[in-house]
Amino acid sequence: MSENKHILRVENLRKSFGDNVVLKDVSFTMDKGETKVIIGPSGTGKSTLLTCINQLVKPDSGTIYLKDINVTKAEEMNKIRARIGFVFQDFGLFSHLTAMRNVMIGPVKVQKMNKEDAKNLAYEELKRVGLLEHADKYPAQLSGGQKQRVGIARALAMQPELILFDEPTSALDPELIGEVLAVMKDLADNKMTMLIVTHEMGFARTVSDEIIFMEDGVIVEQGTPEKLFKNPEHKRTGEFLFKLTELYGEGDE
Amino acid sequence: MPLLLKGTLVTIEITFLTLAIGMLIAVPVSFGQVYGPKWGKVLIGIYEKVLRSIPGIVILFLIYYGLPRVGIQMSPFLACVIGLGLRSGAYQSQIFRGAIQSIDSTQMRASRSLGMSKMQGFRNVIFPQAFRVALPPWANEFTIVLKDSSFAYALGVTELLRQGRYIISTTYEPMLIFLTIAAIYFVITFTLNKSLQALETKLIIPGFDIREKIQ
Repeated sequence: MSENKHILRVENLRKSFGDNVVLKDVSFTMDKGETKVIIGPSGTGKSTLLTCINQLVKPDSGTIYLKDINVTKAEEMNKIRARIGFVFQDFGLFSHLTAMRNVMIGPVKVQKMNKEDAKNLAYEELKRVGLLEHADKYPAQLSGGQKQRVGIARALAMQPELILFDEPTSALDPELIGEVLAVMKDLADNKMTMLIVTHEMGFARTVSDEIIFMEDGVIVEQGTPEKLFKNPEHKRTGEFLFKLTELYGEGDE
Repeated sequence: MPLLLKGTLVTIEITFLTLAIGMLIAVPVSFGQVYGPKWGKVLIGIYEKVLRSIPGIVILFLIYYGLPRVGIQMSPFLACVIGLGLRSGAYQSQIFRGAIQSIDSTQMRASRSLGMSKMQGFRNVIFPQAFRVALPPWANEFTIVLKDSSFAYALGVTELLRQGRYIISTTYEPMLIFLTIAAIYFVITFTLNKSLQALETKLIIPGFDIREKIQ
């Protein structure tokens, strides 16, 4: 069937930490070039869902397909992780390497690309996130927004089929959020497939193809921003969106 | 004096071999203690706790006088280096473990998410940073090992201290000779600490200097 056309297919995912059930039966799909945003109150399993997708955390049950590979049963997980980008809330930049070498290290160490090619590639990716002039700086010499853009460039350098963003702007000062969102919007416009956990309603509304609203480990509702904002099926969705919008504003791009 | 220098050389040999064996043990052990499977952590925990709880001299006696009972015999020098090396490995493993755990864990997760194995993440990302953190306490471990190398005296190795005793038995100048020996230990410690400090300064990550002056 057409099942395999999805880049990502998550089916009946469950995960508990001890007695705490974090994900109860989560299913959704993503197509190539799509941007989906996951929203929901904190502690509802959004981040766990992302880390389950690239298997940094093992789900208890359920299946995840990356194209037609069953990720949950994959033997060469390192090779699969290399195809899925991940952007962390707290950046996770390598402190002892310059921005340039942070971006180079994946291609060099994992894809065994030669240094010269990796350098050219890193150059391109840093240019793409607007950080060329900071290429030789170390993470501690960069602002939060710049760090996160290096984080995005590092993920891009692996030429991933999908990038997962775990609250990429939550650790940033308000005035630095815009530069990161601008880079992400640019990626969306260029049809990068992205799954983003965020509280940035303006971004969700204007950039995403679909919003997934999660609460208590289940997907309450998913649909286009238009539908969720204007006329949600569930009362709870409306309440949550109203509260977030009130808090963070419409945030027009 | 040439005899003392000969002894000094043996002392330095013991020190460096001990530190080298210690480090060869400590790096994989600390990796296992942080990232390894549960059974590995248990085994390592036993090794590290036992070796840190027994006096160095007892370890040496066990190896040199005890092991021949089960058919393992070795020269005093080798027994000394192995015994002190095993013990230093336990101490160094704790230095490295602390250093590894001081590096924020997102960096390991980021390495893994790029497709690196745990080992690759450790080698390329965590260890280069942990090494910098470990340098000052490691310099301290060096001075301890240097001074503990005098335990070899008890097994009959002619290191610095024993050479000194030999000289005293013919010259009857204990004060002078012991003072000279003390001075030699001091000079070695001082020189190496200075070089390690220089290395530390050289390896500082720009912008990461936490030695901000607090008023």
